[in-house]
Amino acid sequence: MKKKLVHLTVNEEYHELYISPRKLLVEILRDELDLTGTKRGCSTGSCGACTILLDGAAVKSCSVLAVQVDGAKVTTVEGLADGAGLTPLQLSFLDHGAFQCGFCTSGMLMSATAFLNEDPVSEDIKKGIQGNICRCTGYNSILRAIRAVAEGKYEDEGR
Amino acid sequence: MIHNFNYHRATTVQESLSLLEKFKEDYKIICGGQSLLILMRQGLVAPENLVDIKSVKEMSYIDYDPKKGLKIGAATTHREIEKSPEIKKNYPVLVEMEENLASVQTRNWGTIGGNLAHGDPASDPAPILIAMTATVKLANTNGERSLLLEDFFVDIFETALEEGELLIEIQVPVPLKKSAVAYEKFNIIKNHQGIVSVAASITMAEDGIGCKDARIVLGAAAATPLRAGEAEQMLIGKKIDTKLLASVGKKASEECDPVSDIHATETYRRALVKALTIKIMKKAWEQAKTSGRVGGKHT
Repeated sequence: MKKKLVHLTVNEEYHELYISPRKLLVEILRDELDLTGTKRGCSTGSCGACTILLDGAAVKSCSVLAVQVDGAKVTTVEGLADGAGLTPLQLSFLDHGAFQCGFCTSGMLMSATAFLNEDPVSEDIKKGIQGNICRCTGYNSILRAIRAVAEGKYEDEGR
Repeated sequence: MIHNFNYHRATTVQESLSLLEKFKEDYKIICGGQSLLILMRQGLVAPENLVDIKSVKEMSYIDYDPKKGLKIGAATTHREIEKSPEIKKNYPVLVEMEENLASVQTRNWGTIGGNLAHGDPASDPAPILIAMTATVKLANTNGERSLLLEDFFVDIFETALEEGELLIEIQVPVPLKKSAVAYEKFNIIKNHQGIVSVAASITMAEDGIGCKDARIVLGAAAATPLRAGEAEQMLIGKKIDTKLLASVGKKASEECDPVSDIHATETYRRALVKALTIKIMKKAWEQAKTSGRVGGKHT
């Protein structure tokens, strides 16, 4: 199988990669680019732990071949914070204790980021993380954290 | 682990069709790949060639004309359908269906054409589109043909697509006056694949009392999305009441041919078909009576 040249802009950094076409996007992010913030959970498109932003839209990186997204802009959880400067959503997750084991957190953050970008004042928060599973928190703290941002409580904070 | 394959990206319909012709039966088409990649990872599908049509921009569009109806390019994502103001206005039940289809992430990348060409009897859009009398446009290097969507599904995961053929467009006619379409899927967790789903369309007679036409389409209740033809016939020309609906539901549950699997037994699925058919027919009937809601003119 011939390797293919793929151009990817990940967290605003441009990469040219020769990859096997059968590699999933999550594998390239984690194994080639060492961006291990994106988690690989179920690998069947069910759990949402591998959620990233693909040209701004939330997508499950375990369900996309990397070769298919040649030329795309990818944002992973590492692309949210700028050094110590967390985004309002990340700060809110901290304040609300919106994680226990943390495995789902990067996926939750990416889904919620896309959701709030689309509709910054939404009241239907549950829809935002519809595609993400958390096995620890019972979701309430996560929903509270996202709601606080939607209600404008973090307007003056974060990067 | 995904088996080795040769990857080919097409950027136009013509290029896609030439690739399909070249590889004969040794190919699989990928667009969003939200269903296909799961099968490939499990080793259930291991194509020699993978033809990627995700970049075929000319197959991604939503086009509504009040006289000609709705045309959706096969590579249009579920999310684009969900967010389309024209579909929301003229075919609101399609938006309702999309909002309950899998997750946002899957809808952002998965496409309507991919969903239908996958041939899953539990497909969310299939029953509702069949209830709307949708047709599909298929193309190969020699030309195009149109097929009623209900004839597109041949068997479980098997469609009418011939070797070298590509599904390129889905067409939905303009809703008739005094008609309505309703839909519901039953599942334990919202947005999961339906254990059973029912779509129904009803067109009222001119007198506003009788039923002129009816369609009942069942999802996950047979090897393909299934029209409950005998149940439909019981309604045509009749005035609908609770008693008639009860026997229509019973007939639909007898007509279907569901499997027993980890989600539900055959008996349970038949019971669901009966209950949902009654519920959804009633809903469609009430909507057709009051407004002809799926975009038909108010009379």
